[in-house]
Amino acid sequence: MEHMTYHYAVDKRATGTRLLAIVGVVASGNLEVLVERVLADKDCEVVVNTAVSGFGDVWEAVVGDFIERTSAGGLRMSINDGGARPDMVSLRLAQAVASIAEDA
Amino acid sequence: MNPISQNDGHAQPAGAAVTWYESSARQRIDGLLDTGSFNEFLGPEQRETSPHLAMFDLPEQFDDGMIVGRGQLDGKPVFVAAQEGRFMGGAFGEVHGAKLTGLLRASRETRSIPVLILFDTGGVRLQEANAGELAIAEIMRAVYQARLAGVPVIGLIGGRAGCFGGGGLIAACCSALAVSEQGRIGVSGPEVIETNRGIEEFDSRDRALIWRTMGGKHRWLSGGADRFVDDSIEHFRAAALDLLGTHSSTGLEVLQAEQSRLERRIERFGKCEDALDIWRSMGVATPSALPELDYSSFMALGDPIRETRDDAS
Amino acid sequence: MTLAEILQSLFPQGHRLNLANGLVYGCATRATGGSIQVIGVTNGVALGVDDAVTLSHHVLDVVARREREPIVVLVDSSSQRMSKRDELLGLNEFLAHLAKCLIYADSCGHPTVGVLYGNTAAGAFLATALAARTLAALPGAHPEVMDLPSIARVTKLPMEVLELKAKSNPVFAPGLENLAQTGAVHEIWDPAIPLAGQLESAIAAQAAHNGDIRDQLGLQRRGRLKAADISARVYQLATEAL
Repeated sequence: MEHMTYHYAVDKRATGTRLLAIVGVVASGNLEVLVERVLADKDCEVVVNTAVSGFGDVWEAVVGDFIERTSAGGLRMSINDGGARPDMVSLRLAQAVASIAEDA
Repeated sequence: MNPISQNDGHAQPAGAAVTWYESSARQRIDGLLDTGSFNEFLGPEQRETSPHLAMFDLPEQFDDGMIVGRGQLDGKPVFVAAQEGRFMGGAFGEVHGAKLTGLLRASRETRSIPVLILFDTGGVRLQEANAGELAIAEIMRAVYQARLAGVPVIGLIGGRAGCFGGGGLIAACCSALAVSEQGRIGVSGPEVIETNRGIEEFDSRDRALIWRTMGGKHRWLSGGADRFVDDSIEHFRAAALDLLGTHSSTGLEVLQAEQSRLERRIERFGKCEDALDIWRSMGVATPSALPELDYSSFMALGDPIRETRDDAS
Repeated sequence: MTLAEILQSLFPQGHRLNLANGLVYGCATRATGGSIQVIGVTNGVALGVDDAVTLSHHVLDVVARREREPIVVLVDSSSQRMSKRDELLGLNEFLAHLAKCLIYADSCGHPTVGVLYGNTAAGAFLATALAARTLAALPGAHPEVMDLPSIARVTKLPMEVLELKAKSNPVFAPGLENLAQTGAVHEIWDPAIPLAGQLESAIAAQAAHNGDIRDQLGLQRRGRLKAADISARVYQLATEAL
């Protein structure tokens, strides 16, 4: 198992007031993303648990790319990965932020 | 706090009814209960994951594939448990099972709130086999004791893992079951029978055979389930409401009636080689056409002839 | 111990048990007076619909007499019978029905004690030994959920790897020690001491507590560290939520 944590300093806070959201399922080719509004507005954190080792660079690139184009300030996104491809990871991250960016 | 997301990547065509089969456990709960009424116990943010999967280099899921909580169905309180069939095949592990055990024991204490169990399981999670088996034993006891205290425990079956192994035994402890055509209920799965007894005994690649033997249509006709529903969340919701509205009890007389019914089933059908023989024996003129019948045609044919369960009238 | 020796030691005052086709049922004279009722699976047979319905019939006869006699569930079985016919007829209902009858008997004041003296597995385990409120075992008994080679095949792991993992974790591998440590087996009896007395102790102990204590046993014995806590917390949240 591999565990990675990525920290980011970001400009834009994730909109909405919901504190918690979850998307996805841990299954082959899939992943779950638990997103919690627990950090300061300018911080963002992505925690990855994956059973597929050796793709640290890819994770870093995919996640970093997502953070760059998204208003995700204040969020911790925790991932349990079932062996998803990069495009699925990006999709789930986007769904997770969209879910929490609503009003409670 | 209700963190349920409606969208986990299963694109439903706009305007189409949401199918139960394709939905995740969270989507099923969301569609089943009154909007926004679900309050989850020990939700994913608690991170109560399996302590055993890491040893096998397997990924965890934050809710360990079992979601429990309380919500409302048509304004009335219900306890709900839903299995995520796509995580480890919906199989029972230590934490997964214990969540349902706790919910059922609470329902016995509370007495006034019924329980809905959304089954989607292959049985025991082998990586935690002993804990899974024990959880199932504890759940069977907790289901039946809740029922003895007057609590209805309703099972809904229609997911891609079906309801197998110990899950099939728990289901048969429930007050009543609703099953869709896609649902399957059994103890030994097709592959297990084939591996142990050979392909002549059961060809696990013969999907038609699987559905004739264990599928929702056969179970409903033969008395293994109480309601047959179309594969939509809306239909399952209606069936749950319907079953909750029926008076269900248990006790010696009901168990004796069940005993007679099961003995009669063996007398009537114990020599049948295939479900087709059973259906023919029940009065179906063209049993081979039965699997292809659409919902309404099948209901029209089956309703007058099906076997019913005594403890869910 | 052979089955005959076990029966002799459990029921030294005698018994009138039917033994046929791998099943046993009937009644025995209780050392302290009165009767003890017995059902069971013997000779390592697989539990199918016909077997389950025979045993549940006897349990219901016992309960109908309302004499609150203890019920002993003797177990030496394999797994549930794996066949097209059993699945076709709804084996899940038959096995669950047997378990419900035993649980119902318990709720009516019949102490239910499982005595595992041979093998048991999977669905048969659930319907018999695990449906009794107390499960005792004799040394040499071999309970399992699934045999290790099958677990290896399904999980796609080599046997040696599984055997190694089993050394440090009692949660998946077969065997009496593991099933005792996880809380399935309450007590292991001593074959050198009369079994009748150990049975009476088990019956008395059962009267002292009302509930299903297996998750607590699993915690105390370090075999299941999470189950009791998780179910207690859900129980708490569910009963508080009112």
